[in-house]
Amino acid sequence: MKGRTVRIGSGAGTSDDRMTPALELAQRGKIDYLVFECLAERTVARENLARSKDPERGYSPSLHERLRMVLPVCTDKRIRIVTNMGAANPIGGARAARREARELGLGDLPVAVLLGDDVSEIVRSRPGLTLLENGEPLESLLPRLVSANAYLGADAICEALATGAPIVLTGRVADPSLFLAPMIHEFGWSYDDLPKIAQGTAAGHLLECTASVSGGCFGWPGKKEVSDLARLGYPFADVTADGSVTISKTPGSGGRVDVMTCTEQQIYEIHDPTNYITPDCVLDITEIRFTQETEDRVRVEGARARPRTDMYKVTVGYTDGYIGEGEVSYGGIDAVARAKWAADVVKERLRLRGFTYEDFRVDLIGISSLHGDTGDRPEPYEVRLRMAGRTPDRRAAHALGFEVRAMHLNGPGGAGGACEPRVRDVLAVKSLLLPRALVKTQVVVEGTP
Amino acid sequence: MSLRVYDLAHSRTGDKGDTANISVICYREEDWEFLQRELTTERVMKAFGHVAGGPVRRYELRNLKAFNFVIENALGGGVTVSLAQDIHGKSLCNVMLGIELPDRGPTDA
Repeated sequence: MKGRTVRIGSGAGTSDDRMTPALELAQRGKIDYLVFECLAERTVARENLARSKDPERGYSPSLHERLRMVLPVCTDKRIRIVTNMGAANPIGGARAARREARELGLGDLPVAVLLGDDVSEIVRSRPGLTLLENGEPLESLLPRLVSANAYLGADAICEALATGAPIVLTGRVADPSLFLAPMIHEFGWSYDDLPKIAQGTAAGHLLECTASVSGGCFGWPGKKEVSDLARLGYPFADVTADGSVTISKTPGSGGRVDVMTCTEQQIYEIHDPTNYITPDCVLDITEIRFTQETEDRVRVEGARARPRTDMYKVTVGYTDGYIGEGEVSYGGIDAVARAKWAADVVKERLRLRGFTYEDFRVDLIGISSLHGDTGDRPEPYEVRLRMAGRTPDRRAAHALGFEVRAMHLNGPGGAGGACEPRVRDVLAVKSLLLPRALVKTQVVVEGTP
Repeated sequence: MSLRVYDLAHSRTGDKGDTANISVICYREEDWEFLQRELTTERVMKAFGHVAGGPVRRYELRNLKAFNFVIENALGGGVTVSLAQDIHGKSLCNVMLGIELPDRGPTDA
């Protein structure tokens, strides 16, 4: 068994990720597992709101399109799907997945559902829990709380894999755990076998953002070339029982997998590189070595780990007012001066109308919107004024974009191309730690396994 | 033109809450010690002073010929509440790449 390789592919790294690369990976990648990671920090909170309006919803809306695309080939090639697209309603997501399978003529496809990440009732009864970001008690957020979800680990996902169901659907789990779970399931790794848990977690971290390890978010003309970027392929890991890991990508696709792309992705979203805490281990990447084996194929060695902690990280989502936004453009002579004048006029009109904002921002796109204002940048030929403000008052949020749009008729000369006033609900998140012992996970199979 | 981080290294930004992490990865092994000496947290904070509140911490990843700069109060209060266009701060690595470095002595070149 030692020589057996399990190949785990990465089909989505965010709910907005591209669709067809996952299909190409399933068709041509000879993968055993296809993982879709689709939950950003606030996504579960957003989906909880969707579920509160319609009890059938609350799973990732992209589930339909993603599964419709890959289910025929995954069923044909016996590729198991592991995904957190269950979001705030994994049972509802499982039913939707089964409907898709039936409509595709694939029959009665069982779906194993992992429950237990929703800890909102547990934290509601513990208002004294401390928020990690500011040290304040959870109590202050409770009236506005919309979700509280623990980042479950690979052990819980393995319980769902053990059912044999071709699709495993979860809510909130740690991203690398989605990839580590099939390894533990296939090879029976123990949590005491830290070098293997470390290698699997490092591999999961490399894969969890799909294209980010295979040439996406990387290229730079004349400096860091990426061939055939338009047909960028998604990555997979080859893993063996002894914990050896190599990263590659769909054969014949665009992009690149090399030491540079792997290094960028390995450090991505890590703070202290000796202390990356997941539900499965505390990962140390400082001794990792990447070796180019062949073209687009990199060996990963030397990941280390300490044992997992006895706490789960929990993300709490809560409503926090509204953000209003508006944009309008100026070009040619004195474009920047007119844009700045317009910004002052909008601010004064909002003040005269009695609106106030907790936070307010003026961007000159083309000068200062991405990297702040150093005061010494050259003036561009054209500039787009963007104004944004956060407020508990929905009318104040709308008024902001309304007044920016009014620059067409009521501002300095030559304004063009204002956007419609934009208002969005703010779903903010904070974190806390919850003892593992308080969290009970459960696996439910929809359909007959 | 003076030497910039861009000439020696590549970089990517990640986000967690209101904290950005920006990797600096040397193209060549032999440049790591020069950057270790010159790309100090003070120099980095000076470049980010108008974008981020700080503080900034630097972690060394000698094995990956890299550094990881962790900059707090960098994302307008965090991805979920930020008023910025680039709420994740994905483009901040380009501020890092633009940092100018002192000329190297002949022994460093």
